[in-house]
Formats: sequence, structure tokens, C-alpha cells
Amino acid sequence: MNTAIQFVRAGAFALLLIFVAAAQPAAAQQAPNPTAQSVKEEQLLKALQPGASVSGRITIPDSHSATLIQPEGQDWRKFHQGVLPVIGGVAILGIIALLALFYATRGRIKVDAGLSGRTVTRFGGFDRFVHWVTASTFIVLAVSGLNLSFGKTVVLPLFGDAAFATLTGYGKLAHNYLSFPFMVGVALMFIIWAKDNIPNKLDLDWIKAGGGLFVKGAHPPAKRFNAGQKGIFWIVAFGGLIMSVSGWHLLFPFEGGSTVGDQQFWVNVHAVLAMIFIAVMLAHAYIGSVGMEGAFDAMGSGEVDENWAKEHHSLWLEERKKLAGNAPKGSVPAE
Amino acid sequence: MARVKFLCDADRCIECNACVTACKNEHDVPWGITRRRVVTINDGLPGERSVSMACMHCTDAPCAAVCPVNCFYTTVDAVVLHSKDLCIGCGYCFYACPFGAPQYPRVGNFGSRGKMDKCTYCAGGPEADLTQAEYVKYGANRLAEGKLPICAEMCSTKALLAGDGAIIAEIYKERVTRRGYGSGAWGWKTAYKDGVAL
Repeated sequence: MNTAIQFVRAGAFALLLIFVAAAQPAAAQQAPNPTAQSVKEEQLLKALQPGASVSGRITIPDSHSATLIQPEGQDWRKFHQGVLPVIGGVAILGIIALLALFYATRGRIKVDAGLSGRTVTRFGGFDRFVHWVTASTFIVLAVSGLNLSFGKTVVLPLFGDAAFATLTGYGKLAHNYLSFPFMVGVALMFIIWAKDNIPNKLDLDWIKAGGGLFVKGAHPPAKRFNAGQKGIFWIVAFGGLIMSVSGWHLLFPFEGGSTVGDQQFWVNVHAVLAMIFIAVMLAHAYIGSVGMEGAFDAMGSGEVDENWAKEHHSLWLEERKKLAGNAPKGSVPAE
Repeated sequence: MARVKFLCDADRCIECNACVTACKNEHDVPWGITRRRVVTINDGLPGERSVSMACMHCTDAPCAAVCPVNCFYTTVDAVVLHSKDLCIGCGYCFYACPFGAPQYPRVGNFGSRGKMDKCTYCAGGPEADLTQAEYVKYGANRLAEGKLPICAEMCSTKALLAGDGAIIAEIYKERVTRRGYGSGAWGWKTAYKDGVAL
């Protein structure tokens, strides 16, 4: 009897052992340990691809709010406050220094043969209208744009907080509205001048001769536009296009599914290109006014001196004369 | 003076959005603008967490750095505030902000933005404390009344903490030690360059 009870006891103990052994892992799983599965900020930030952000679901209609943390904001800040001012400073102050040096050594480029007193029409009314619409809006856009980048260090101390903010506010309005005539101007320039700006072999010779800029009396032949002017044309055409596309994204922020990352990208493109654009246009304005005798007339009155045309656009002048020879004087079509 | 901060204990947040609503109500925040929001990470998946986020009042704030008109300033309590009189609505602060805090009312032409609006840590703006002018532009100034931000004060699970950064970090650490887990002080690394060591 005793042995029978002992046997049952032993059996029960063995069963108990099995149960306990089986129950052990189950008990471990039931212990509250939400950390095992829960998202942790540190893991998310570590796993984050460059340029990506930590986002989730949001119950308010503004979908941008679904982004919880976008660390690239800090990168954008570094670029905007660190790299961009350097690019702008070097480009703009650099070109001013170069132009000053050029003026000091070469001086104003004179018409070697002297002014003839006879003029020839270089740009008709429409050409000049398109040029000045683009140029005048460009100046306002450039000044108001530079003010956004450098204003708080350069202009703000002069005017004080309130006046500077008012000024910059108007600058932003001007920048927004005048961007449209600028875009139209660039498009029209492309339409009316592209055909005369296609590069050809003549341009290589012109470039080899340094455009005659650095040697007195040297005047490589050129058609309506020389290689330098063609360069300016294509910089304005392509630069204007990229400025317009990037600017459009800033005029209509977040339209068409644009994200913060996209916005940051377009601001950077817009700002860097603007700095280079302004530097190039400073050089263009220099050679078109102070830097060369007779050059301003082309865009001023539209009538350039014949000797100026002979020296800088010899082949174009010949063409014009041939045309004028075939037709009665005064009926030459405006360019 | 204390260095005030927000800390959202995501393991406690139940995504009730009461902080969002209380904030809108307290400050009469204009339609379409939410100074605070609740974002749910890994929604519907095991281990999802909700985080209530607003302006973190960063140390060396990126918004202030990129502002072209210097409209931001930091109070003695390290609250980052801005002047709506100076703001031109350029949007740069939104690009630089790691937390998407700046908001703009849509006014006028194109996508043109009005004066930026963001969480003030219930501390008003540059106008004299507790004036009508201050209330209209920035909402209530609870800090001037000796109160903490409304969002944290009324949080039903006390997930959202506001106050002296050192103290709320201590409270959070204690919670984590007691319960044995914590998903981190969301945003602290990004805003203050140091998280809460757990």
C-alpha cells in the first residue's frame, strides 16, 4: 500500500515537474516588457537615411505635420548660414575685384578708329524693351534677394530692427511679383535671340584671341553676337530657366506634393545660382557701360557708331550694309 | 532661472489629442494652424508609440539662425519666441526647424505666407506681459501668471511634461527605472544636443 502511494506521489511529482518546466517560458513571455517591441527614438534616428525624417500618422488635415523630426533642417541651416554666404561673398566680391583690376590695367576700351558720327541700328525697340524689362526686374530681384542673405549683417545695423523688417517685407513682395515679368523677359529673349547665339567655329577664334579684350587694337571678327555675348546669352537662358523653376517652387511652396526636403533643395539651388548669376551680370553690366566706349548705345538708343560696329561686330556690319544696299535707306527692318 | 523644456513620455501618451485641443483653445489659435500635434509612429504595428510635438525651444535654435530679419529671441527661461511685427513670412524657419513647428496662415497671393505662428511655451511675445495686444498675436501668457504650459498641465496621463529641463528629465528617468522601459526623450538629442541617459 505504502509503495503504491509512494509510486503515485512520485508520479505526481514528476508530472508537476513537467508542468513547471512547460510553464517556465510562458511565464517569461507574459512579464511586461514593452521595450522589446516598442519604437525607440534613438533606433529610429540611427536607422535614418540621410535626408529622411522620422514620421508617422497624424489625425489633423495638414499632412506635413506627420513629420515628427527632420534632422536635415540642421544641415540646411548649416548650408544656409555657413556655405551660402561664402559662395556669395567670393562670387560677388571676387568679380568686383576682378573688374576693378581690369579697369585699372586696361582702362576703358575705346573705339580705336574714333567715333565716325554715322550710326547703324543694332537693337530695335522691341529688343531693347525685352532687355530692359528683364534687366530692371533682375536688379530688383537681385537686390531683394541679396538682402535676404546678407541684409541682417550688412543693412540691419544701419536701419534698426523695425525699419529693416518693413523694408525686407516689401522686398519679399517685390521679389514675388516681379519674378513674373522677369520670367516672361527671359523667355522672350530666348525666342528673339537664340538663332543668333548658336555657337560656331568663329567663336573659337574669338576666344583664342581673348575677345580682343586684353590687347589694344585687337578685334577678332564677329557676327551679330561674339562668343562672350553668346556665353552671357546662354547663362541667362539656362540660368533664368533654373531660377524660374526653383523660384516657382518657392512661390508656391509644398504644391504638387513637394516635401520639406524638396523645398530645402530648391532654396539652395535658387540661392547658389543667384549668387553666380549676379556675379556674371555685374561683369556684363560693366562691359556694356563703363568698360567700353560706345557699347551702351546698343541697348540705350539702339543706334551704335559704325566704327564701333566695325571693330566689334565686323561681319554683322557687312551683312547689314549688304542688306541696306539692296533696300532703300530707312526701310531696314528693325532687328 | 530655469532652462525650461518639453518632454513627451511616449510610453504614457494615449494619443487623445487633448494637448492639441487645449492649446488651440487657450490661445485662440487661428483656423488651420496647430501649434502642437500628436504623431503616431508605427501606427497599427506592435510597439506603436505616439508623441506629442510642438516647438522644442531648441538650444542655439536653427529658426533664429536662418531668419533673415532676426525676429527670434530667447527669454531668460530659454523659451524661443518671435516678433510677429518683424516676421515677413519667408518660410525659412520652417525649412530649418527639425520639428516642423513654424506654421503660416495662408494670406494673399500665390502660396504667400502670413506672419509665422508657433508654440510660445505659453509665454506670449515681445509685447508687455498679459496685454490684449500680446494675446491677439501670441495667445495667453501663462508663464507670466506663474503657470506652466496648458498642454502639459492638463495631460491626462502626465505623458507630456513641461518645466525645468533638469527636473523633468529626473522625473522621466525615475519612471523609466521603475517600470523598466522607455522609448526615449523624443527630440532632445536634436533640440538640445543631449538626450536623457536611460
